[in-house]
Amino acid sequence: MAKVPKPNELVFDYNPPQKWWMDTKPEFRPGTWCYPGKAKNAEVLGLPNPREWSPLDEDWKLPSNWKEIIFEGMRDCLNKYRSLRVFMDICVRCGACSDKCHFYIGSGDPKNMPVLRGELLRSVYRKDFTLAGKIMGRIAGARELNEEVVKEWFYYFFQCTECRRCSVFCPYGIDTAEITIMGRELLNLLGVNIDWVLGPAANCYLNGNHLGIQPHAFKDMIEFFVEEIEAVNGIRIEPTFNRKGAEVLFITPSGDVFADPGTYTLMGYLMLFHEIGLDYTWSTYASEGGNFGLFTNHDTMKKLNAKMYAEAERLGVKYIIGGECGHMWRVIQQYMDTMNGPADFLEVPRSPITGTVFDNAKSTKMIHIVEFTADLIRNGKLKLDPSRNDHLRVTYHDSCNPARAMGFFDEPRYVIKNVCNNFWDMPPNCIREQTFCCGSGSGLNTDEFMEMRMRGGLPRANAVKHVHDKHGVNMLSCICAIDRAVLPPLMDYWVPDVDVTGVHELVGNAIVMEGETERTTDLRGNPLEGMEDMSDEDL
Amino acid sequence: MGLEQFLAGDKPALARAWFDLILGTYPPETSALLQKDKNQFANPVGYTLSQSLSGIIDEMLGGFDHEKVLPLVDQVVRVRAIQDFSPAQAVGFVFLLKKIVRNRAEEGIREKRVSPNEVLAFESKIDQLALMAFNVYTGCREKLYELRVNEVKNRTFRLLQRASLIAEIPEQDTQLKNGKDSIT
Ligand code: SF4
Ligand code: SF4
Repeated sequence: MAKVPKPNELVFDYNPPQKWWMDTKPEFRPGTWCYPGKAKNAEVLGLPNPREWSPLDEDWKLPSNWKEIIFEGMRDCLNKYRSLRVFMDICVRCGACSDKCHFYIGSGDPKNMPVLRGELLRSVYRKDFTLAGKIMGRIAGARELNEEVVKEWFYYFFQCTECRRCSVFCPYGIDTAEITIMGRELLNLLGVNIDWVLGPAANCYLNGNHLGIQPHAFKDMIEFFVEEIEAVNGIRIEPTFNRKGAEVLFITPSGDVFADPGTYTLMGYLMLFHEIGLDYTWSTYASEGGNFGLFTNHDTMKKLNAKMYAEAERLGVKYIIGGECGHMWRVIQQYMDTMNGPADFLEVPRSPITGTVFDNAKSTKMIHIVEFTADLIRNGKLKLDPSRNDHLRVTYHDSCNPARAMGFFDEPRYVIKNVCNNFWDMPPNCIREQTFCCGSGSGLNTDEFMEMRMRGGLPRANAVKHVHDKHGVNMLSCICAIDRAVLPPLMDYWVPDVDVTGVHELVGNAIVMEGETERTTDLRGNPLEGMEDMSDEDL
Repeated sequence: MGLEQFLAGDKPALARAWFDLILGTYPPETSALLQKDKNQFANPVGYTLSQSLSGIIDEMLGGFDHEKVLPLVDQVVRVRAIQDFSPAQAVGFVFLLKKIVRNRAEEGIREKRVSPNEVLAFESKIDQLALMAFNVYTGCREKLYELRVNEVKNRTFRLLQRASLIAEIPEQDTQLKNGKDSIT
């Protein structure tokens, strides 16, 4: 018979223990950590210490000289990246960043405060790289590196989406996202990583995209969307693949090709390019805009980024247009130039339709589709019927990377306002450079992490709920493929009546195409306002 | 004088005391944050908590309309259901109200303004609140697992559809759907 608990065993403790942060340990509860990287994926990427292991095991099977490896790795990073040395030294623990992290706001776990996340690494740095720490130890905020520290790093560096919101509030400009990036880089030296990052990175390295989709399947999928567009407005689009001599190479995250609702955004791209007669091609080899190398280590990021440019060179295009992706733009904007650039074999992007030269991409030769479209609209080159989005009441989530890494605030709003009649922004402290993360970025968008994702996404969802209650908003737009994948479950949990879309899906709905038949539905097959009966009859 | 009336004398203090006890279920740094910032967007958990608790208190001392109470309980439990709490801790905040009401009622009983039976009756209302919280909690956890399943399905759905590995019943097949053509 099952043991019946005594009454006193049923009493639960309301109050958590009050201990100093160095004396608490993470508890690996399901939902708060991601599955570890598989050996086969680590092998493909040439990462150290490939093995099967679990964070729940006592023994993480670290290499025998793991401490040495970490210290060596730290020394290397400190020498290579001056920013890291500065971030390690200048934090005055003022706390301005502490309540700015969505994971802290949502979880209430103090080690999700950016300042403490940084301390996880800083404490070890102090102990071994500063005199004060060597002599005074704990009093100077220094601590010994041991396996518990590594476990704690794994737990908390994979509870940071590298969104950089905290850095906006730090008076010294300390970027905790960069600290996390270094933390993950060090962990990778020991073979401590997560499979949701390693798997996509390995697939991308071998097959060109995160899911490991072969070229023929990739082409097939896009042709499938061609049929879907034809069903909506009778227009037959003929995209080309791996076509040498095209003017533009278009690269978007593979999520747009394989997962709803990104697929509708992809239809928007196809429709737009067809309508303006852009001379462009898709590549079935550079079939991924995302770069999970950014979440692994610098080497992997560089490798995956190089592939896009190698393909542009092979095809002989003039420049690249990139789709609605988040971290792809962080890589392009902030790292590409010193990593694989400058891309001198390409030309400075110039819109063939408007003649606008995109000097901002002078060196990377890659422009964002939203700036490209905004320029088309501004020059009156698109015929738009925003009333086709009248069944939608839209708000906009500034995806972290385009927002904070590119300062990309106005272009998306400009496009949305031209293709929709009903738009409301969320309150000022939740948008633009202060935007709240979706809670699932930087490779944490895996299903086993769902509970933590709901915590991290709480502040964003809370702001959406506000505009939903106040203005009846029913559509959350964004320009990131991870957002499009993770915001639907987030909404489902917190604000169930709100759906998610990419900006170019809205463009696809509104664009009036030469020779099209009258539309009765939007790209999803939902009836347009006033067409509810028509589409029923169509069935 | 009824207990409700007696307690209604200082409604805000009642809500505040409950709020404070709930704050104690968070680590000290966090409870400081939850009460410090009054901005609805910078401090969504603290804000939601304090708004919902005073709403619940209003209802407890007023009509106790279930339709009004449920969304308020939902707001609190939906947050606690995904935070680092055991199920008991997540819904147990409701019982903290008993502690407060007993403390306050004591004086009323002494002064014979409140009868002990009224306290018992009020505690039954708190029990109902707890059951509501339990329902919401279970719903939230089920939702969490449903989200996981849906995500895994959606990840490959388009691909399977394209590869014709899924034999979908087309919408037009209403006959079949309505069971008119049943196999007999
Ligand atoms: S705001 Fe900057 S200086 Fe202040 S605690 Fe945070 S990281 Fe340190
Ligand atoms: S980068 Fe984002 S997730 Fe990471 S600590 Fe800062 S606010 Fe939190």
